[in-house]
Amino acid sequence: MRTPNDIGGLDEGPVDVAIHDLTFWEKQIDALNMLLGAKGIRRTDENRRYIEMLGHDAYNTLSYYERWTASMSRLLIDKGYITQEEIDAKVAEIRGRLAKDAG
Amino acid sequence: MHDHDHHDHHHENDHAPVAKDEKIHSYYQILGLALKELLIEKGVITADEVRKAIEYRDSITPANGARMVVKAWTEPAYKVRLLADGVAASKELGLDPGALNLVVVENTPDIHNVIVCTLCSCYPRNILGLPPPWYKSREYRARVVREPRAVLAEFGTRLPETVEVRVHDSTADMRYLVLPMRPAGAENLDEATLAALVTRDCMIGVSLPQA
Repeated sequence: MRTPNDIGGLDEGPVDVAIHDLTFWEKQIDALNMLLGAKGIRRTDENRRYIEMLGHDAYNTLSYYERWTASMSRLLIDKGYITQEEIDAKVAEIRGRLAKDAG
Repeated sequence: MHDHDHHDHHHENDHAPVAKDEKIHSYYQILGLALKELLIEKGVITADEVRKAIEYRDSITPANGARMVVKAWTEPAYKVRLLADGVAASKELGLDPGALNLVVVENTPDIHNVIVCTLCSCYPRNILGLPPPWYKSREYRARVVREPRAVLAEFGTRLPETVEVRVHDSTADMRYLVLPMRPAGAENLDEATLAALVTRDCMIGVSLPQA
């Protein structure tokens, strides 16, 4: 069975050749990924393996940099840099800040 | 591990608000910000490193690749070196190809080259900057290996049937760059004018330089 990213040769529709700039959030994720590589925390092939492990549903639903984010979080947990509990607490904290900013 | 001094010092930077025109709404967007903040709090990275990494990424543009192409067009000896060793040839121009292998493939009257990464989005980022959105799309990745002529036509590039199309599938440690042909009518142009003809799409192989 193909992994979710193994799509070479499949039938798909026309290519959308439109160009748009990355958002600042996307640039931050790109920068994080680049820094983790520069510091020897993850290699490019590891990045791809973690993206392959996302499964078909997540792979086909998430945006490109959301996939990177999901794979980066698994890698950082597996390598002991961050725990799931820390992530959950930080996500809650940021949600609170965003709600406050919006309110 | 928690570095309080460092964290306090950078507190404002760490929690910089998102740009006003950008809504953060999905769980994964918040997760991304959470990873950034946690890595900074733990001292794995600094906010300044993130800022510099974004600046560095923004500073790499297809103009780098265009310099290599124009030098190959105007100096036959450089072209030989470029095709033999893309990494060394990029360093000659003061570019930083990174740790990855770079293979330069030459278009000729008989052979046209196109690059893709079917499995993900491998791309000569250190030479051309970040890939365009379509390079990362399902449609391009799935189809260009099976029906490259149809895909090229969607970019307005129609090749004679006599031209062989070679599609190069990049990997995590092997990146490709297309050396396009110098267009007819460009014999007497200066280097700056030539460089302007060499667009990003020409170096991916979905387009041809137009003089």
